[in-house]
Amino acid sequence: MSEPAGTATSGASIELENLTKRYPGSADPAVESVNMEIKAGELVVFVGPSGCGKSTTLKMINRLIEPTGGRIRIGGEDVTDIDPVKLRRKVGYAIQSSGLFPHMTVAQNIALVPRMIGWSKSRIRNRVEEMLDLVGLDAGEFQGRYPRQLSGGQQQRVGVARALAADPPVLLMDEPFGAVDPITRDHLQDELIRLQHELHKTIVFVTHDFDEAIKLGDRIAVLRERSHIAQFDTPEAILTNPADDFVSGFVGAGAALKRLNLTRVRDVEITDYPTVTVDDPLQDIFNKLRDSGTNEILLLDKRGRPYKWLRRGDMMRAKGSLARAGTLVSDTVTRDATLRDALEAVLTDNAGRVAVTGRRGEYTGVVDMETLMNSVHELLEADRLEAMEGRHELEEARALQTHAEQEGAGGEEKA
Amino acid sequence: MSFWEYLGNRHQQLLTDAYQHASAVFQCMVVATLIGVVIGVVTYRSEWAGSLATTATSTILTIPSLAMIGLLIPIVGLGVPPTVIALTLYGLLPIVRNSIVGLRGVDPSLVDAAKGIGMSRPARLLRVELPLAWPPILTGIRVSTQMLMGIAAIAAYASGPGLGNEIFRGIGSLGSKNALNQVLAGTLGIIVLALLFDAAYVLLGRLTIPRGIRV
Repeated sequence: MSEPAGTATSGASIELENLTKRYPGSADPAVESVNMEIKAGELVVFVGPSGCGKSTTLKMINRLIEPTGGRIRIGGEDVTDIDPVKLRRKVGYAIQSSGLFPHMTVAQNIALVPRMIGWSKSRIRNRVEEMLDLVGLDAGEFQGRYPRQLSGGQQQRVGVARALAADPPVLLMDEPFGAVDPITRDHLQDELIRLQHELHKTIVFVTHDFDEAIKLGDRIAVLRERSHIAQFDTPEAILTNPADDFVSGFVGAGAALKRLNLTRVRDVEITDYPTVTVDDPLQDIFNKLRDSGTNEILLLDKRGRPYKWLRRGDMMRAKGSLARAGTLVSDTVTRDATLRDALEAVLTDNAGRVAVTGRRGEYTGVVDMETLMNSVHELLEADRLEAMEGRHELEEARALQTHAEQEGAGGEEKA
Repeated sequence: MSFWEYLGNRHQQLLTDAYQHASAVFQCMVVATLIGVVIGVVTYRSEWAGSLATTATSTILTIPSLAMIGLLIPIVGLGVPPTVIALTLYGLLPIVRNSIVGLRGVDPSLVDAAKGIGMSRPARLLRVELPLAWPPILTGIRVSTQMLMGIAAIAAYASGPGLGNEIFRGIGSLGSKNALNQVLAGTLGIIVLALLFDAAYVLLGRLTIPRGIRV
């Protein structure tokens, strides 16, 4: 993406200090004294059971729900008492089922915030196209459509585009992918990760799905009732070292498999494969097939995207016709896909390898079973070491504490 | 004189009456719409205020139109004023009720989204809530207009304008040779006007309801 001239802002930090919400007429506060520091450019996920106050906490950040106590600071500025309308124009907001206005076109929806803050018409028009491109929708095709003419996933993309249109440093997302089917949700999550890599916003994301939290979060806040923070740490730390029974209950079974969700294809070694394109002369393809160490090569289409696997002999059997030779590439993974997705693709592929593609679907490499096994092995080893160190530290801390207590108790006896 | 001959002879008078009838209903509708939507906007967010507005306007509707105009004559005199006041009051109920129902029917998550992206209260109302509530409000306006068409005929009782004069003249001279023609001409005229207005509303709906929410 080309960065919008002069408007590119990356994230701002968010600080919550003793944030409390007490509804009149109820004995216990809905949210009790939340303290949290979210760094600029970080994606933090609030995860917890229904009714734990995670959504309330999120809505207090843009003051859709007014806190009854505590302070909110965004980028160091205290926003607890400023005009909420002004505050919200600086904070993007995306909700479940997209919240697009059905009587406005996609372009009008995206243009709302830029219009309110007084951008010029031409600047807004460019921005709308840029935003649609950013969320992977074709501007020409989609900007004139109405929300009901879009699929759930497309609506959600437009919702995110609208939230980001005025380039706010902070983006709040309230279970944004809760209402779409699992496959679309998976795609949207991948998109969000890619987007965050480009934009570096500060994102606060609420979900009740722990797997989603692991996949997306730089850090995860596991919340229990009244928004008490049970643990606020990196996904790795929460998986390998849950703070208490509540957190480990939430992590659930299969922590080792979930660990695969934390590493992305781009982090492991991608093997380079011999490739040819459909435009290459047949003789070149034959030569490559003969010369390559592997017994197959990857055929790319005109735009450099993986098209077919060609084995030795395929060309002979197809009597030299590229159209008939080889097997179509059935599945690819992006560089942002998790190792779990890659493992899935490799397991279902009959030859145990899968092509990795870049942003526009172009070929960048291949991942196979061997690469995966090696990297998983290394990962688990590293985690084990880290967890052991953590345990040592914990034990040392406990020992010190016990020591101090004994000293204290001794002191009392003496007195 | 046959009915057709009667129409031929009196078309000048009939057209004037029809024009005045239509004009009175149209102007009262504009006023009733403005007042009705404002009442709706002011009251829809509170349970009791909404019911109060609906109950008050439906109470007005239960007053017989003849009695209403009769009651208004000593206060505002004869002619146009009692007609306009009575018609406007009668026109309120469908508009107020449909405004409240329409505004309350807007998906709360959309209102939440509008707030969340930083729209002020007036902007939310004008750009999100009213456009989304517009189809039911328009239906209310349509129902109101049909109702006023009939009620406006009573206005002639207070020497008001419109096709009601034709009907009242006919009833007043029952037995004379043109009595039936007069009543018939007045009634059919009102029906034709009502149909024309309805057609105009269909067109208005086509033009003003955004394509994204048209059913």
